[in-house]
Amino acid sequence: MTTFTGNNFGDTPVVAAQPDNYLTHGKTIGSWLFTLDHKRIGIMYLVTALLAFFIGGMLAEVIRTQLLVPQGLIFHGTGSVASSYAAYRYYNQVFTLHGIIMVFLVLIPIVPGALGNFAMPLMLGAKDVAFPKLNLISYYLYLVGAILAIVSTVLGAVDTGWTFYTPFSIQTESYVVVMVLGIFLVGFSSIFTGINFMVTIHKLRPPGMSWFRMPLFLWAIYSTSLIQVAATPVVGITFVLLMMERVMGIGIFNPALGGNPVLFQEFFWFYSHPAVYIMILPAMGIVSEIIPTFSRKHIFGYEFIALSSLAIALIGFLVWGHHIFVNGQSAELDAVFSFLTFIVAVPSAIKVWNWLATMYKGAIVLKTPMLYVLSFIVLFTIGGLTGVVLGALSEDVVLHDTYFVVGHFHYVMMGGTLIGFIAGMHYWWPKMFGRMYNETIAQWTCVVLFIGINLTFFPQLVVGAEGMPRRYASYLPVYQPYMIASTIGAYIQLVAFLTMAGYLMHSLFYGKKAPANPWGSGSLEWETASPPPHNNFETTPSVGDPYDYSDLVFDPAVNGYVHIEKPADSLAPVTATH
Amino acid sequence: MSEAIAINPTDEQVARAHLAHHFDTPQQQFDAGTLGMWMFLATEMLLFSGLFCAYAVFRATHPEVFKYAGQYLDPVSGLINALILLTSGLTMALAVRFAQTGKRVALSLCLALTMLGGVGFLAIHAKEYFDNGQAKLLWGTHYAPSVGPNGKPVAPITGLAALVAKPKPVASSGWHALKSLGKAGFVVSHSAIMPASIGPAGVAPAQKPAAVANAFQPANVQIFFGIYFLMTGLHSLHVIIGIIVIGWLLIRSLRGEFGPGYNAPVVYVGMYWGVVDMVWMFLFPLLYLIH
Ligand code: HEM
Ligand SMILES: [Cu+2]
Repeated sequence: MTTFTGNNFGDTPVVAAQPDNYLTHGKTIGSWLFTLDHKRIGIMYLVTALLAFFIGGMLAEVIRTQLLVPQGLIFHGTGSVASSYAAYRYYNQVFTLHGIIMVFLVLIPIVPGALGNFAMPLMLGAKDVAFPKLNLISYYLYLVGAILAIVSTVLGAVDTGWTFYTPFSIQTESYVVVMVLGIFLVGFSSIFTGINFMVTIHKLRPPGMSWFRMPLFLWAIYSTSLIQVAATPVVGITFVLLMMERVMGIGIFNPALGGNPVLFQEFFWFYSHPAVYIMILPAMGIVSEIIPTFSRKHIFGYEFIALSSLAIALIGFLVWGHHIFVNGQSAELDAVFSFLTFIVAVPSAIKVWNWLATMYKGAIVLKTPMLYVLSFIVLFTIGGLTGVVLGALSEDVVLHDTYFVVGHFHYVMMGGTLIGFIAGMHYWWPKMFGRMYNETIAQWTCVVLFIGINLTFFPQLVVGAEGMPRRYASYLPVYQPYMIASTIGAYIQLVAFLTMAGYLMHSLFYGKKAPANPWGSGSLEWETASPPPHNNFETTPSVGDPYDYSDLVFDPAVNGYVHIEKPADSLAPVTATH
Repeated sequence: MSEAIAINPTDEQVARAHLAHHFDTPQQQFDAGTLGMWMFLATEMLLFSGLFCAYAVFRATHPEVFKYAGQYLDPVSGLINALILLTSGLTMALAVRFAQTGKRVALSLCLALTMLGGVGFLAIHAKEYFDNGQAKLLWGTHYAPSVGPNGKPVAPITGLAALVAKPKPVASSGWHALKSLGKAGFVVSHSAIMPASIGPAGVAPAQKPAAVANAFQPANVQIFFGIYFLMTGLHSLHVIIGIIVIGWLLIRSLRGEFGPGYNAPVVYVGMYWGVVDMVWMFLFPLLYLIH
């Protein structure tokens, strides 16, 4: 038997109720601001990113309200072309900020930063991530980056679109340098988080947890980190070049100085396509945890799901050209990138089939996290398939820069990443805060959100296919019915999100106390109290198969799942002797 | 690297004293740090790789520019710098060795020598930058040398080439722009891209390298200097950071903090310095030895 050694803090006798947990461990503000505890850092990410999500969401409502009428409801001119131009510039700023906030401050950091930080060391049975100080530095880089984004907005909001295409981003009279510097810092936060998590998974796995006995969320986090480490430096140097362009006139991307503006697009997408997998992979990891738990059935095709994450991470580096099919790329390259884009959809599909197979003949429990996962599967499938439509070269020539693209990436980013995150947040909420939310309201909210998302983005696919270009403040009257539907959808989403904020806040104060294992999950984070103590585990947990639910039964006395006598088989878990 | 660390009882205690609470053994902690450092260095290489890509793209599309402009650089100073960095790489490697074996005086000496190498490198490079500035061998609109690489006055350019080679400033530049962070001096009216029929060389087919070898200069030489300053500037920044960090190691080593039980920082910085050296071994031939 292997021994899980070196636990300096595990000698404390087990106490039935732990009054001290990581939330109450220190009460001063400083104990939060300078904490090295991965759980607290996770909570700080959560709060910051949700705040950013609120701001980005309000901007989205502004966009949708503008598009209620063809000439624009909020920003429109007074008849002359010049006045329209002036007014529409505000619209450009609004959608630019919306995109930047949502991509760089919400979707990229939220799952690794908040849920990854909180759950990953617990799932490993470890006390912390490998480099706790670096972890805190990552958070502050993210925070300072976010503050710089706000500063640039106050000084003169960027109007380039979240893609910062040159040469316009060199010429525009807005504070591109400050914004780009902010994103540069957020990028380094992302790199450091990636390094930290990869090392943690390599070096802090407990004895007995081989690579193929890790929970799938960890595989997802690992693959994500790989992309973060390998792709983010490239966008870092790209943004440095863009800053140099504006500050010094270095000329690399400036056609007037002999530079090549399309080179910027190549660099940008070399990062930003892999970045879409930075966003989606951790969400897929969450789904892989929730589905077996709520199907009460072992995950189907563990190796396929695990390795498809790696496959996505690697192939994702080879498809960036599908964003520049029509921007001056040679026909031969176009064809190659189109082909590779088809290939990258395969591992995603493998995951979906394995999830479905896991649910097949399972005893499905439709609790909130599972409902969100089901809506993830539907929405992500629509998003992924529209992606394949766009990846087909001949179709993209028509659909590029139309609302179809907007519909596509919102289905994957909102329907995929964000819904996946929300599923994870509901799944780990009891663990994070030790409280249960109101299940009924939460389930209704999920349904309303599902309707809202489809109502918002499906019409966008339709108008896009009919030729409505993206990023315009006004449109032809024929599109108005679709635009109205889309806006109503956005309002419905707003209602759902506000409700969610309400019941989650409510649960913090009035929610029922959460048991250690409310859903009957098999991974290690559920072996400790909810919320966990400062040192994560009072007694060292024993490593077993994370998807084996045979010994977990519901105990009404604690209102959660407990282990019964384990059947002695060859997969007998490693027992702790400390 | 780790096999060299002999652990005797007191070293063991030193090692334990530096053990963070979430690691089980000093070895595990050291391995984690090493892996993290390798990953960080990989990201550093990727940071440079963006510039190498830009280099490759422009060299492929504008070979005449690189051939012409490369002659302005002095291979001798580049070579001297390469030798200096190689030597400092050696002293740094020795420093790691001495830290692991607990030879404190030798360790401090080697660290000091490494710093000295870094400073020497920067001094030579600063001299080069200064000369470039004097000769107006700079990026963008600042590029305006009066003599070609062969010492003869640059012949005036006419026709199409003149249009491309003397670009209109679209972005304001220098400290002036930094102060106003982009507000001042921009031509916002319309795109500054030239019509495709005339076309900037970046998007139009490259110029034929007709008059390369002598006083006729090809269009867009400023691009080379843009890339040159970016690459060497980023590298010099890494050298500066390296010198600072090694200085910090030197102070700690004089205080006697490193020995067989605890030397991880020296090892990690040694890895960093190795990579900084290596980047120059790429930059030197790519920039100074273009033929
Ligand atoms: C599963 C397979 C996927 C395929 C085959 C795919 C394919 C594509 C293609 C071909 C485009 C270019 C459309 C154009 O500009 O004309 C595109 C755009 C985009 N996709 Fe995907 N995609 C996939 C998944 C994702 C995921 C998972 C995300 C994010 C979570 C995502 C986010 C985006 C974004 C942000 C854009 C457009 C950005 C812009 O132009 O502003 N995609 N996708
Ligand atoms: Cu893409």
